[in-house]
Amino acid sequence: MKFIINGQQMTVEADPRTSLLDLLRDHLHLFGAKKGCNQGACGACTVLVDDGERILSCLALAVQYDGREITTVEGLAGEAGMHPLQNAFIEHDGFQCGYCTPGQICSALGMIAEWKRGVPSHVTGDVCSSQISLSSDELRERMSGNLCRCGAYNGIVDAIETYVEGAK
Amino acid sequence: MTPFTYARAYDVAEAVRLGQAGTTKYLGGGTNLVDLMRETIERPTALVDVTGLSSAIEGRPDGSWLIGCAAKNTAVAEHPVIRERFPVLTRAIVAGASAQIRNMATVGGNLMQRTRCAYFYDDDGSRCNKREPGQGCDALGGFNRMHAILGGSDQCVATHPSDMCVALSALGAVVHLESASGKRTVPLTEFHRVPGHEPGIETVLLPGELITHVELPPIGFSHHSNYRKVRDRASYAFALVSVAAAISLDGGSIKDVRLALGGVGTKPWRSWKAEAALKGQRPSVAGFRSAIDAELADAKALRDNSFKIDLARRTVVAVLSDLTGVSA
Repeated sequence: MKFIINGQQMTVEADPRTSLLDLLRDHLHLFGAKKGCNQGACGACTVLVDDGERILSCLALAVQYDGREITTVEGLAGEAGMHPLQNAFIEHDGFQCGYCTPGQICSALGMIAEWKRGVPSHVTGDVCSSQISLSSDELRERMSGNLCRCGAYNGIVDAIETYVEGAK
Repeated sequence: MTPFTYARAYDVAEAVRLGQAGTTKYLGGGTNLVDLMRETIERPTALVDVTGLSSAIEGRPDGSWLIGCAAKNTAVAEHPVIRERFPVLTRAIVAGASAQIRNMATVGGNLMQRTRCAYFYDDDGSRCNKREPGQGCDALGGFNRMHAILGGSDQCVATHPSDMCVALSALGAVVHLESASGKRTVPLTEFHRVPGHEPGIETVLLPGELITHVELPPIGFSHHSNYRKVRDRASYAFALVSVAAAISLDGGSIKDVRLALGGVGTKPWRSWKAEAALKGQRPSVAGFRSAIDAELADAKALRDNSFKIDLARRTVVAVLSDLTGVSA
């Protein structure tokens, strides 16, 4: 199997039973994406595919993503240092133990792209609207696939809001 | 997981050819199948990846819309025409799962997803007629708060988990199928089976038959529709009760209505009896209540889920009241 992972071409031999999460962690030793529940309930394994679409790597067979581009939390920092969303998580205490954080950060980047594209959510009043404002309710609903057992949600929401404001 | 081979299909003919072996499964986004394989509840010896088949969402000259089996849930929910003409479908999709899962899950796969009955999943510790025919059902005398009140049998009371299918049921969607013996179409309301004596057989699919498209027929009033889901937490949970409804009024009475329920049935529950009771009536809370009571007359509560009867009644009355401007 061939992938572009965090911008680098990689060739990996693996059994078809290997999940994308196990491929990243066990074969490539990229330990950013976490194995929380391994059944799609917690979001700790969230990674970005191709143009930044967020998926759950635990429910993805690696072989199904052969030829695709994968970005994990390790691929977000640039030469100038950490990604601004990573800095915002630090600034706002967007974590306590940190286990869910890589998934939260990847998920938030995917979420922002969906919101900018106009994807409606469960709490969107008018699903036909092309301009949906990213209210706190919208943000929380759109991030509901990422659990934080420490309960750092207020900090996570603040961090994402600060990043969205700063990116304007 | 038990070992399997993996192949990608790039057109329907190739998929159907590869899918003929008895223990082959078609693979969409994998969000349910991969999990079931990891639990060894599903043990296919071969997977045919059909995510490379059509994901197009196309209007046809007769006003219907055709959705390719590989279209992702998010792509359907965000499509401008679906949002405008079939808002019940967009609402149902965004009420289900999480955004990550909706980005992976396909329309064809959503129709094939299996129940989340905890006894079905508990391969080592529980009896389940769906998993192992004739074994018995531990849900019937067990913790059955989440289970079905409609369409159950003495073999199985597992609910169908999909939100999307509830909207598709209300919209009268048609499932396009293809196999080695040809093409056919099946109304979505007849695609899923109630458990009866064979709870392991959940759809009318023939061995090797593939879902190629889902068709939304033209309905003049589908834009006047909504989906409401009641669950234990505000987001990312399966339904206790959900309601998909579309309605048209003419001169102050109900000209046509579509109503389907989720979270209460062993399949997406199109409420034909309630629809028949509503047609021609003037919209009123009393009328809505007696219509849904006609549907729920068949409901059978288990030890822990009798609350679903009341909850379904109230949710239907609320949704129909909203759509018709009647104050509940």
